Amino acid sequence: MLKWAQKLGMLLLLFALWEVLARSGVWNKHLFPGPLEVVESLIAMARDGRLGGATLRSMGRLLRAYAMSVSIGVPLGLLIARLAFFRNAVKPVVAGLQALPSICWLPLALLWFGLNDSAILFVVVMGSVLGISIATEDAVNGLDPQLARVARTLGVRGLRFYFGVLLPGALPGIVTGLKLGWSFAWRALLAGELLFVSGGLGQLLTMGRELMDVTQVMAVMLAIILIGVTVDRVLFQTVEAKLRRRWGLTTST
Amino acid sequence: MVRRLFERLRGLRQVAPHLLRPAHVNADRAKISVAQLGHHYANKVVALKDVNLNVRSGEFVCLLGPSGCGKSTLLYALAGHVVPTGGSVAIDGKPIQGPGPDRLLMFQEAALFPWLTVRGNITFALGARGVPRNERRERADTFIQRVRLEGFADTLPHQLSGGMKMRASLARALAVDPTVMLMDEPFGALDAQTRVHMQELLQSIWMRAGKTVVFVTHDVQEALMLGTRVVLMAPRPGRVVEDLEIHLPMPRSLEDPSLDAMARDIRHRLRAVEGPLENQHPEPLPRRTQTPSSLPRPSIVTGR
Repeated sequence: MLKWAQKLGMLLLLFALWEVLARSGVWNKHLFPGPLEVVESLIAMARDGRLGGATLRSMGRLLRAYAMSVSIGVPLGLLIARLAFFRNAVKPVVAGLQALPSICWLPLALLWFGLNDSAILFVVVMGSVLGISIATEDAVNGLDPQLARVARTLGVRGLRFYFGVLLPGALPGIVTGLKLGWSFAWRALLAGELLFVSGGLGQLLTMGRELMDVTQVMAVMLAIILIGVTVDRVLFQTVEAKLRRRWGLTTST
Repeated sequence: MVRRLFERLRGLRQVAPHLLRPAHVNADRAKISVAQLGHHYANKVVALKDVNLNVRSGEFVCLLGPSGCGKSTLLYALAGHVVPTGGSVAIDGKPIQGPGPDRLLMFQEAALFPWLTVRGNITFALGARGVPRNERRERADTFIQRVRLEGFADTLPHQLSGGMKMRASLARALAVDPTVMLMDEPFGALDAQTRVHMQELLQSIWMRAGKTVVFVTHDVQEALMLGTRVVLMAPRPGRVVEDLEIHLPMPRSLEDPSLDAMARDIRHRLRAVEGPLENQHPEPLPRRTQTPSSLPRPSIVTGR
């Protein structure tokens, strides 16, 4: 309860500070609108459907790209952890590519795919798939050796071992990787959408800039924060917490 | 000095001369036969040297000795988790090659799958042994009852106490019905009270199930309480020094005075083989040992 009060208090304090600064007139009001105006603009955009439409497009893209990332990244991580060839040959490549910020793929993607959705999808996938596969590999390698031993002595092998011991044993780590992958994907998506006409949240931001509408820019930023936090808190943290409790990784309270 | 010690030893030995007798088992009648077994780890540590041991079907053999005497290595060789560098290990006359369904290894840790309930752990193991799906649940419940965990079938491992976890692990081991159970200090991590309960439980189950058990321990009382035979081992290099049958009827009790007498006898025998260095220590046996750290971490590959 106190924790929530503190959180809320801090938030209110920030908004109040923002409002005071905006009203003090230190900066031009057009360049530094207060939170009330920003929220108003946000509500207006939500009303006329611009925000909803942009969010839907962005999320649709993100989901498609993320699904691809997961379906490539998790098996890739598993392979790297389990097969010597992948560990020796593929892992260095993955680690090397991971050093490249995802947005750096955009020029290449634009040349390859043209100015369309595929280019953005490519950037988002490249931004998240490597992180997911590295986290999966870590999680699989981190399997409790005791469990591996007991699986051996019980004669658990083959697919039963993969799906009954290895994956469940690594699941908390994999979910952490998925969460990380999601935030990478979210970043890559918005960076990609900013750069060309895409109809998503990123474009809403760019449009605000082009119209010199700082209020809209700030409102969209606020919306992006809200969506990001919601997905992270509501979806991943809940799943992660549940999983860790069931696996007995946290002391149950 | 040496003579005095020797005389003292002989005097103590007479306390229970009829209870501890040297074991003689013919190799051709044995369930498990270990011959001239030797093993050294990659770091040149000689874990076992010329170990011979024959175990009859239905026996409860305790491997007893201080840490570093190779008792765990011997057990892991029987389990097929360690490939010895010399000698032969055979079960029913067939050389052991890797882990098999006839043998089951139990560890100091309960090693339950944390995401499965107690029943889930057992049914999963039964599935791996090819038990039909519709029989698994009933069989799991039978063994949950046998280790007296009724009411905890749907509980997750992390919600159980240490002793209950061990009982669940025991139920899982019994349910897959191996002919040989290999136990590596399974009660070593439990508190004294729980350990006694577990020993009594294991004894009653063993008397019923009639399995062949090889049980590693460093606890003299535990070995005498549970075993039909106790094999004393000594370190540097790991070897068998004495192989004794325990002629004391079951069920046994830790309060039995003849058990105490035997324990004293065994301690002196162990002290004698430890050499003069260890003679300075009043109690050469460590309270608890871990699996040798030099044991290779098993590869998690089971498919091959």
